[in-house]
Amino acid sequence: MKIKRRDFLKGLAGSAVLAMAPPAIAASSEKNRLPDALGILYDATLCVGCQACMVACKKANNMPMEFSGSQRQWDNPVDLSSKTLNIIKEYENGTAKVKDREIDGYAFIKRQCMHCVDPACVSACPATAMTKDPKTGIVSYNKDACIGCRYCAVACPFDIPKFEWDNPFPKIVKCQLCNHLVAKGQIAACASGCPTGASIFGPVKDLLIEAERRQTMIPGKYYEFPVAEVSSTKKEVHKVKQYIPYIYGKNDGGGTQTFMMAAVPFNKLGLPTLPDRSYAAMAENIQHTLYKGMILPIVVFGGLIFLVKRSEKNKKE
Amino acid sequence: MKTEQPLEGKILTPTFLICGLIFLISLIFMGKRFIYGLGAVTNMNDGYPWGLWIAFDVVIGTALGCGGYAMALLVYVFNKGEYHSLVRPALMTSLFGYTLAGVAVVLDVGRYWQLYNIFLPWHMNASSVLLEVALCVGAYVAVLWIEFSPTFLTKFGADNAKAFMNKIMFVFIALGILLPTMHQSSLGTVMVITGSKLSPLWWTRLLPVLFLISCIFLGYAIVVVESSLTGSRFPIHDESKLLGKISGIMAWLIAIYLVIRFADLGMRGHLDLAFKGDLLGNMFLLENLLLIVPMAVLFVPANRKNQRAMFLCAVSIVLAAAVYRFNTYIIGFDPGNGWHYFPSTGEIFISLGIVSLEIMAFLYFIKRLPIYRRS
Repeated sequence: MKIKRRDFLKGLAGSAVLAMAPPAIAASSEKNRLPDALGILYDATLCVGCQACMVACKKANNMPMEFSGSQRQWDNPVDLSSKTLNIIKEYENGTAKVKDREIDGYAFIKRQCMHCVDPACVSACPATAMTKDPKTGIVSYNKDACIGCRYCAVACPFDIPKFEWDNPFPKIVKCQLCNHLVAKGQIAACASGCPTGASIFGPVKDLLIEAERRQTMIPGKYYEFPVAEVSSTKKEVHKVKQYIPYIYGKNDGGGTQTFMMAAVPFNKLGLPTLPDRSYAAMAENIQHTLYKGMILPIVVFGGLIFLVKRSEKNKKE
Repeated sequence: MKTEQPLEGKILTPTFLICGLIFLISLIFMGKRFIYGLGAVTNMNDGYPWGLWIAFDVVIGTALGCGGYAMALLVYVFNKGEYHSLVRPALMTSLFGYTLAGVAVVLDVGRYWQLYNIFLPWHMNASSVLLEVALCVGAYVAVLWIEFSPTFLTKFGADNAKAFMNKIMFVFIALGILLPTMHQSSLGTVMVITGSKLSPLWWTRLLPVLFLISCIFLGYAIVVVESSLTGSRFPIHDESKLLGKISGIMAWLIAIYLVIRFADLGMRGHLDLAFKGDLLGNMFLLENLLLIVPMAVLFVPANRKNQRAMFLCAVSIVLAAAVYRFNTYIIGFDPGNGWHYFPSTGEIFISLGIVSLEIMAFLYFIKRLPIYRRS
């Protein structure tokens, strides 16, 4: 009897390996860029820190004012929150004398949802409350599906989904790239409100071409930059700074639809250093390897039934 | 062969009453949580969206409830019928651990009135690790109550129903092994997606493997702790021989676990982080020393005959597995941007209240239901 059981266990282990092997090879959970995806290109060297984008964002999305300190005069959030979907933050070092310089300089950085190519929040959400639009790639939230577990916020590498902690009937709040405006043929409010062209809206493929054009510019020379939209005819002329030779979001964390350009290293600006493969894909690979079609659990369940019956029979004997 | 019997005795003991008081206080905080929102009671924030309740009540709570699973593995998969007398008490702790973890989830989720969405197929997200955990834990709570039902049926003398339940029980015993294997490993996978937000001391693709192995030796440790504690206060049958054997199994499982844990850390090139002398490094060392010491002690056969040594080792192992989960879910988790988290009084009281309820239920059950074999 004993030997038989041992053989059975071996068989079980064998079939388990077989069941796991094909999906482990085939299941590449990585997602590709959508051809008609929309996004934002933010160029820190063009940003003057006027926060017009923040005002425009609050207006367009009916968001409440947020105060820090004792003043109650104007909106001045210190970070993204359930009341603030978009924020301009400042980097400072030493004497902070020169803009866009790492040492003894300062720089601005815009924080908002990156609209990842393979969003962790969408992968994580148990109730499909986070979805990525199959055409535009905009990541949006549905409060009627959400159970409020906050796994999206735990999973997001950029800490974007925010929770209404002081509301007994809370929601998750995040930037949805003004999809209510996009539906009407308009563009995201932060980009249309930006006077310098630091934030521009447009199709991801055009934004990437524009970002690469900027990478080839010669520092110190003057160039034209589109305002509000990548295809805009309205241009502003700026003297080009020395860009970091890197387009943040092109590949980071599996790629994003919001791109960042700057003259100060991105980790100094508070953006996380991520591998080119999304963590969501890694987690999904583990999950799909074990649970695809529930084949492996069913095989194990069958084996367990057999073993339990056998040991019950032994007990009676 | 002796059968299980109620241990009798007074219900309203001082221990029971103190637990009752703590539970009543926690009810006040629970009320506050539902009236004013999570922010009014907890210190959780947008950087640390999960706090004590998820890490302690759910992740550690269900792991502490793995006694039933670990014993079922031994009795049914490895066909060791002699351990059968330890199954029922272990199953009971699992019952409480898991049921109350379910209660903690309802307190923790923001939109609890929509919690049923995860059971609606059109809302399910097959990619979500948390969905798998939620469904498996939910199903396992039901399975545990079914597995435990013959105990109630014996109490109420419903012999026909009991005979029927015993006939179909094999399905639930098998499920009772499958489901914890799935969700205890997935509780590790849950944190894989956090990637760079979790310290490399804990982030690894092997999280599911480490969570699974550790929940099994934790399950055995709980059985040893519980059996020793009950044995010191109630006249139950002496199981020390079986506990000695279980302690030997624990030592081997810990050895396997530690080899994987350190080999993985070394291969990823982060072993140096353990000896940096900072909080994370020290927590890592603490977590593993709490395993290495009892493993060494339990590998000595003489110690496996020493009740006190076995009890202390088991306590250390329980602590180690709990600290490992705490480290993975809170201490090793750093969202950056200066966020920090320490649980509030309200959070701690609610967790204590849930533990108190568990102790009260345990004491009531062993005194009134046939759980233990009396001496």
